[in-house]
Amino acid sequence: MNDQTLFSIFFSALVVNNFTLALFLGLCPFMGVSARVETALRMGFANIFVLVLTALSAWFLNTYILETAPYLRIISFIIVIASLVQIVEMAIKKLSPALFRQLGIFLPLITTNCAILGLAIFQTNRGYGFLQGLTFAVGAGLGLTLALVLMASIRESVEFSDVPGIAKGTGLVLIIAGTLSMAFMGFAGLL
Amino acid sequence: MRTTTAQQDFIRGIWKENPVLVQMLGLCPALAVTNSVANALAMSGATFFVMSCSSVLISTCKRFIPHEVRISAYILVIATFVTLADMLLQAYAPAQHKELGAFIALIVVNCMILGRQESFSSKNNVFRSLLDAFGTGVGFTIALVMMGGFREILGTGSFLGFSLFGPNFEPWVIMVLPAGGFLTLGFILLAMGYIEQRKKDNAEHKEEQMAEEASS
Repeated sequence: MNDQTLFSIFFSALVVNNFTLALFLGLCPFMGVSARVETALRMGFANIFVLVLTALSAWFLNTYILETAPYLRIISFIIVIASLVQIVEMAIKKLSPALFRQLGIFLPLITTNCAILGLAIFQTNRGYGFLQGLTFAVGAGLGLTLALVLMASIRESVEFSDVPGIAKGTGLVLIIAGTLSMAFMGFAGLL
Repeated sequence: MRTTTAQQDFIRGIWKENPVLVQMLGLCPALAVTNSVANALAMSGATFFVMSCSSVLISTCKRFIPHEVRISAYILVIATFVTLADMLLQAYAPAQHKELGAFIALIVVNCMILGRQESFSSKNNVFRSLLDAFGTGVGFTIALVMMGGFREILGTGSFLGFSLFGPNFEPWVIMVLPAGGFLTLGFILLAMGYIEQRKKDNAEHKEEQMAEEASS
């Protein structure tokens, strides 16, 4: 059992050890869907949702099932998370079509995102309890959303500026990300 | 119908379709663990192992895997080999295993591996799948070691732990921090973009010359 306070877990996941900018988790959506603020926000919310589900299921697996067989951890995490997201996706489609249209296409994409499995594994390695895991998931999800929205806003305003031909595309995005990551280093003294 | 030779299967992954530098797959490990050459080597070794083993197994079993659940089946195979790689590293390279930590487990969600299984191993025979996996693995290793090299040399002034510049060198600490990862890959991409541009310009120049000669 880890004895970090909920507050420090939350802020550590939100800014200090931001999943995208400090740990490089979830880079695919960070590069892929960060062209518009609108889509970035939706992606962020879908991410928070899946992360919370993951934290819950990882906690459940760790507490009740995996104690006797820790070597099955990676396999069972990925299967349980993928199927859970699939089930929830179907449920949302049935219960709230409006919400499905908002999050829908992102949910299956998120499942194979490193941030999700990363959260489950970090949570296990650090021995977080139920509430700690939940706080960690919410903090990490908000951190991802923050990074995505910041990136999308910068990309929206850079779009019409005169960038040299060789820097167009991923190269530019990576250098912007590097600068953002440097800015986030400033939070390191916070905790 | 075969459009490529066995040699091309191997070569393709190394430069033209380099997984990290061209296809932008597997960025997670490429940025996260390349703060030193040793870590980069351990990571690419583990990925190489997982990739080759799962390519062989999947191309052997492709007839038995139902089409509808193939992705889940591939993920299961990959996760099994990742667990193996995790245990092997823990046994034979405990220092590296500790450094890489959770990123070994995250090889499962490296889109590069799943991508090769889906687009190549599930359609080709064992030998060619293995060649393809080797090529992609070598390409991944080159990209990672290149990044690890840049970051370690600039960030600590040493290479594989040996000091290069003597005591007067002021290390660029930023390069071994997360920000350095983004910047290094960004600059490598800029350099590649520049080379591509030069090639294109030269080709156009040649064409113009040919056209002029033809008209005169």
